[in-house]
Formats: sequence, C-alpha cells, structure tokens
Amino acid sequence: MRALLIVFWKELRENARDRRTVLSALLLGPVGTPLLFALMMNITLERSRVHADTPLALAVAGGEYAPNVVAFLSRSGVAVTAFSGDAAAAARVVRRHEQRLVLVIPADLPARLRAARPASVGLYTDTADTSSGPDRSRIEGLLRAYAERVAAWRLEARGLAPTLVSPLVVDEIDVASAAGRSAALLGILSYFIVFATLMGGLYVAIDATAGERERGSLEPLLTLPVARRALVFGKMLAAAAWMAVSLVLTVTAFAFSLRYIRFDLIGMTANFGARVALAIVAVMLPFVVFGAALMTLVASFTRSYREAQSWLTAVLLVPTVPIMFAALNQLAGRAGLMWVPSLSQHLLINGLLKAEPLAPSMVALSAGGTLAAGALLALAAARCYGREQILG
Amino acid sequence: MIELRALTKSFGAVQAVRDVTLTAVNGRITGLLGPNGAGKSTSLRLLYGVLRPDAGVALVDGIDVALEPDRARARLGVLPHNAGIYPHLTARENVRYFGRLLGLGGAALERRIDELSELLDMREIAERRAKGFSQGQRLKVALARALVHAPPNLVLDEPTGGLDVLATRSLREVILRLRDAGHAVLFSSHVMQEVAALCDEIVILGAGRVVAAGTPAALSAGAGGAALEDAFVAALERGAAR
Repeated sequence: MRALLIVFWKELRENARDRRTVLSALLLGPVGTPLLFALMMNITLERSRVHADTPLALAVAGGEYAPNVVAFLSRSGVAVTAFSGDAAAAARVVRRHEQRLVLVIPADLPARLRAARPASVGLYTDTADTSSGPDRSRIEGLLRAYAERVAAWRLEARGLAPTLVSPLVVDEIDVASAAGRSAALLGILSYFIVFATLMGGLYVAIDATAGERERGSLEPLLTLPVARRALVFGKMLAAAAWMAVSLVLTVTAFAFSLRYIRFDLIGMTANFGARVALAIVAVMLPFVVFGAALMTLVASFTRSYREAQSWLTAVLLVPTVPIMFAALNQLAGRAGLMWVPSLSQHLLINGLLKAEPLAPSMVALSAGGTLAAGALLALAAARCYGREQILG
Repeated sequence: MIELRALTKSFGAVQAVRDVTLTAVNGRITGLLGPNGAGKSTSLRLLYGVLRPDAGVALVDGIDVALEPDRARARLGVLPHNAGIYPHLTARENVRYFGRLLGLGGAALERRIDELSELLDMREIAERRAKGFSQGQRLKVALARALVHAPPNLVLDEPTGGLDVLATRSLREVILRLRDAGHAVLFSSHVMQEVAALCDEIVILGAGRVVAAGTPAALSAGAGGAALEDAFVAALERGAAR
C-alpha cells in the first residue's frame, strides 16, 4: 500500500509538469467541450428562431389568376413577390437557387374553380436544399388550409355541413416539459462529459505505461523489491485522479456556460444547477475508475508511445457506441441497460437533465456494473504487468 | 556476492542462455564480456528477476532470486541497459522516488542523496529537471538511483554505451571506488579494452554459453601468453566449435 501511494504521488506530480497532460486534462476537456457545446447550441437556437420570426418569402407566377389565394397567403404572413415566367423558368431559378420556392398558378385556374373541378398549382422547390424544408411545409400547410376553406364553402352552398367530410380530428397535445424538450438537445452533453473525463487521464495512462517503457525507466522500476500490482494500481489511481479533476472542472464549466445559452428563446430550460452538477459528478465517479483501468490496460499492450496514442484515441470513441445506440433507438433508462458502462451514465445524466428523480436502484446498478467491469480490467492490467513480455 | 548456477533460458525456439555459471565476489569487479547477442543482458535479467530461468538458480548473498525475489532485490543495485530517468523530475527527485520505493525516507534519504551527489559529482545538476540532461548526466542519475539503498551487490549492464571519454573515465573511477568499499560489482560490456582495464575477473560469453573465465592474466596465459584480445577471440572460436 505504501508503494502504491508513492507511485501514485509521483505520477500525479510528474504529470502536473507535463504540458500535454495539463492541456488535455485542464483545458481541452473543461474549456473546449463547453465552448463547442455552446457553439452547437447557439447555431441550433439561431436556426429555430430564424424560422419562427422571418417572413416567409414566396415568388408567385400567375398570381393575377388567383387573387384570393395570393391575398390569403399575404394575410398569413407570407411575403409574396410576383414572378414573371412559365413553369420552365420557375424550375430554372429554383435549381439555380435564385429563388427557394416558386408557386406557379395556371391560367385555367379561375375557370376550373368556378366549375368545381380540381385545379392544380405547381410548387417548385429543391429538396436537396434541406434548409428550405420548413418553409416548404409551411406553404403546403397554408395552401391545404385554403383548399379546405374553399371545400367548406362549396359544401355549405349545397346545403351540407362541412363537418361531414371531417370524420376524424387529430388534436396534438404536447406533454413534454420545458426541461424535457431541451434534454433532446442536451443529450449530447453526456458524451461531452464522458469524453472530457477520459481525456483527463489519457496522457497519464500513456506516460505511465508505454511512455515509461519507451524511456527505459520501466526496467529499473521492475528491479525494485516492490509488488508489480502496487505499481500498476498506483499508476491507475493517478490516471483516475487526473480524470476526476477533469470531470469536476468540465461539469463546473458546463454549469456556468449553460446559463448564457438562451434556452428560453425556444421555450426550454436547462436543468443544470449546483445539485444536478453534483449528482452528475457522483454518477460519473465509477466511470472514472473504469476508464482509468481501461486506458491503462490498453496502453500496457502497446509497444510505443505513438502506438498507445492511436489506440487510446480509438478508446475515446468506444463510449460513443452505446450512447449512439441509445439515441437512435430512443432507449430509456431500464434495469437491463444499467450495467453497461458509459451507457448507464448517459441515461442517468439525461434523466437528471430532464429533471426526473434518480432511482437509487438504477444508480446502484450503474455504479456496480461499471465498478465490476473496471475491477476486471484492472486485474487484467496487473496480470499484464506480471508477464515477462512487459519489457517489450 | 552474486552466483549464477547453470542458468538456462529460451525465447521460443531461440536458446538465449545455456548453462551459464559464474560468481561475482565482494570487493572485486567481475566483467561479463561477449559480443552483441551473446546473452549478457539475458543473464543479468535472469539475475535481477525480470526474467524467469527455465533451469538453474541465481543467488544474491545466498538468497534465491526465484524464491525470495524481494529480499534478493533489496541487496541488489541494478543499472539496466539504456536505463532511462523521468524527464519531468529533478535529478534528486528521480533518486528520491526509488529511495522511497525501497523503504527509505526523511532526512536519512536526503543525506544519502547528498552523499551520492558527492560521490558521482552531480551536485550542480541535483536540483535541475532531467529533461535535456546529457547521456553522461542521465547515467549518473541512474547510477545514483541504483545505489540509493547502499546495496552490497551492483549489476551494471553496458553502462558505458554512448558515453564520451571523460564520462567513461569518471564512471570507471566510481566503479573502482565501489569495489574498494567492498561491493561485489558485476559489469557487462562488449568492449574488450574496457573490461581489461577495469575487471579483476572476466567471464567470456559466446552464443549463450560461458566459453572462458578467469583473471585477465590467467586468460592470456591460457591462450599461450597472447594479448587479451587474442585470448578473447580464441575463446569465442573454441566456444563456437564446441
């Protein structure tokens, strides 16, 4: 135990003097990820604001044939501009992105409307331009509303109740809480926290294993009357300590930076106060142990510093796999998933952000599963150090 | 005292060391001489226990390294081939780390480090970070680290590799002083002149086997009074023919 602590303190202090460790643990994670996140959020928020506030622009060809339609669109907040040209010209300007949407009204429209025969109008659009999607749906919705109104007048004129043709009315009732709605966006935050935590210990794990071997300081160390287990666990503990520092700083940075994101603009709130921050750190602590053991084990197998670096960069992506899987399948926190490291932390953090109460059984399952996996990895690393081949 | 008895070690199909027996007694410098790949480093690694022998035993002051590795290692100071030090620690911190792992500490450890700085002439680099140290400075720190617990036995694996003339000479003086203080010094090299200048006993390794052993004078006499270099070559040829 004494030897373990000596190794731990030495790795802790030595790495505090290493620029790479300090940059990745104290800067990249805690400053970089909140910045990146704030940037992503602001772009998302700006976009949704743009769509809600700016008047919808629509070029209309043949507006003189349907003044009622044009008037209806203008009343609904659409900035209608006249477009002179036929269908081919409309297709051309849309393809060239000179206009995003062009509505072409044919000359026979008034006659067809009067005869109560179906009349077709052409809406020219480029679906490859994804940013025009919301505008297109709005125009389509408005035109459908206009058509329904005309249909209702026709039925009334023939003495029928318009409700006859509406056997089913769908009312959409959104029960998502404001915090819940932001959680969809905030879901990515848990990965940032996992990433920053791993980053904090990355270079410590490399330096203490592959780095030590490459430098030639491992062999002298192994000639000492010290149990190899004590050496490995000391190194692992040092990596875990750096990861914990990175975790606390990152969560703190998020707690502050999220205040400056205008979630209220889209009717959301970020449930990220001091208590949630503390809970996130607590939920993540078992993952710190797991991550330190994982990175130490992987780095122990590599032959050089560079090789360790490329392998551990891959390890940084491993936790994304279950998180992506959960996001794509819309998985909620279930007992069956709670033993998976990184996935369980992701689900618990998401729950916290949605202001859901933490179920003690879920937290216990997550901590237990993660710590058990971490213990297995730590034992494997200790075995790896017991082998003759460790000297490379 | 260091004793190797009939040590044998294979890596897969390659027999690195075959039946190596040698003794390094206190107060004498024993040189392990041999060309590259003769099994010098493997023999020494078997001695300080980072490799386990397939057969044979290694004893440090009569303690079997395989049975009581920690007790044996506590009586052994080791300078492995190309030993590295920690670049972000000062020379003193490098030595202190090993001292603490060996169970030393406090004022006694600091006094010991001062003593070693004096012995190895490294006072002016003691408080400097090791990053950017010359090969000779790094070697001094590694040697101080190996000596921090005042081990009665010392193993040096090719310590002069990469050193300039001055650094080699000062290392030689240190080794002689340690011998005079009663240490058993076992020292490997592939440079014949170096071994001849320094060693009281020479063990010549060829292709994993001991091909000759004795004092420099006895080895020359065995080769019909030839110069030591010829004796070395003759011994290797006899070993290869066997």
